[in-house]
Amino acid sequence: MSLKDKYCIVGAATTRFGRVPGVSPLAFTVEAAQLAIRDAGLDREDVDAVLCKYPPTGFHGLWAHKVSEALGIQPTIAATIDQAGATNLGLVQYAMMAIDAGLISTAVCCYGDNPLSGTPGTYGKALGADAAYGFIGVPSGYAMIAQRHMIEYGTTSVQLGAVAISTRAWASKNPNAHKRDPITIEDHQSSRYVVSPLRLLDCCLVSDGGAAIVVTSADRARHLRKPPVYIMGIGQHHVAWDLPRRPNLTTSGAKVSGQTAFRMAGIGPQDVDVCELYDCFTIVPIITLEDYGFCNKGEGGEFVEDGRTGPDGSLPMNTAGGLLSESGMAGMQLIVEAVRQLRGECGDRQVKNAEIALVSGQGGIMHTHATAILRR
Amino acid sequence: MTTDYAKPLPEMTADNSPFWEGCKRHQLLLQKCSGCGHVRYASLTCPRCWSMDHQWVPSSGRGRVYTWIVVHQRYSKAFEEDLPYNVAIVELDEGPRLLTSLVQIENEAIRPDLQVEVAWDDVTDEITLPKFRPVS
Repeated sequence: MSLKDKYCIVGAATTRFGRVPGVSPLAFTVEAAQLAIRDAGLDREDVDAVLCKYPPTGFHGLWAHKVSEALGIQPTIAATIDQAGATNLGLVQYAMMAIDAGLISTAVCCYGDNPLSGTPGTYGKALGADAAYGFIGVPSGYAMIAQRHMIEYGTTSVQLGAVAISTRAWASKNPNAHKRDPITIEDHQSSRYVVSPLRLLDCCLVSDGGAAIVVTSADRARHLRKPPVYIMGIGQHHVAWDLPRRPNLTTSGAKVSGQTAFRMAGIGPQDVDVCELYDCFTIVPIITLEDYGFCNKGEGGEFVEDGRTGPDGSLPMNTAGGLLSESGMAGMQLIVEAVRQLRGECGDRQVKNAEIALVSGQGGIMHTHATAILRR
Repeated sequence: MTTDYAKPLPEMTADNSPFWEGCKRHQLLLQKCSGCGHVRYASLTCPRCWSMDHQWVPSSGRGRVYTWIVVHQRYSKAFEEDLPYNVAIVELDEGPRLLTSLVQIENEAIRPDLQVEVAWDDVTDEITLPKFRPVS
């Protein structure tokens, strides 16, 4: 039986983003979890599952148990999941499944890390065995995909830049965004190459911070403090192949994941009012928009040109600034922003009449993908 | 060949040691599936028929550039002197792709589908890296 509309996000919170020295990954996670639980009007005894993505600054065995201990919760389920940037939406899906199975009633899904001030260099590590060739740093992997997209479809650096400009324009309306100064295409084109074809402004930020959400049943949600945000559709797909063995570098797990989520929700891309798409690099939302069917394969670069995804565009995307400008953290903040948009809490950046929001998460070097469709 | 080679070396495992032993002999080896004959690169199971049984067979060592990057950021002191340097994925004539470096070419001259052939780099007594150069 479908899980459509049976489960809700009832609490959502972020900590301060940016360079925030002196706060541990655990403290960010716990602060975000407390804020999200209180946002829902709940207390710690109401939460019986603690679901976490481990912080990339260091692998911690039993991470969700450390978080639970710090929160003072002895949950029915505590679990740390590793699906890289797709984890946060994965946690939502596992929470829904656990509630549906009658195992738990309410889950907090939480994440926090301090890669900027705590452990610099986290995202500049060798990419597996291929370090022998200098294949090092996350941007190197995504640059391989961007270059191939350019080869196959003629996508340009200026089109990549349109994503960076759009997200920064949104971030300028978000007081908590890590980077708020608007940028132009000239700024993008003159920013240094990190790994060609990706320039500095094609790459997400490295930010400290935490974010969390609370998931419970629709029945319970109706009695809580904030208006419920219903989960209409959710899906995942994991291409798993490492880059040299991946048959196709320009179609991602977004295709199957998106189809699954849209089918469950019973809607299509034309029904989406606001998108929060994982944008660790500018090429990623371009490929994601194609795979989700907002445009044809290969036309994503053209689609994002001319401000379509910006504050005055027809498809508001990454309305808090995304990973490129709000916070480089691995995606929980995108779910929080979708919830806030649907609740109408977004002030200057509020999308008028936002009823349906689409959120994506993806990670590794596009190894993983998850999609959620939310409504108010 | 140097004895003070400072760059990272591939880790030899039970699964990949035949490949690196081939490289040491300047022989680029691929896995040919004993079940269905499909030729693949460095994968435990056949993507076509799921068999784990395979033989290591020589590649022509020729292929074309599938995609590439030029690294400008200093991620590792070991590669600092090489900046900006390229890393490429080459599609061999037999079909499989592998991650490598292109040599004997300026980064600006790299093009999609550029025809390349293996160029052996004996970096230590034990490890030889297959790199690729334009076909002359």
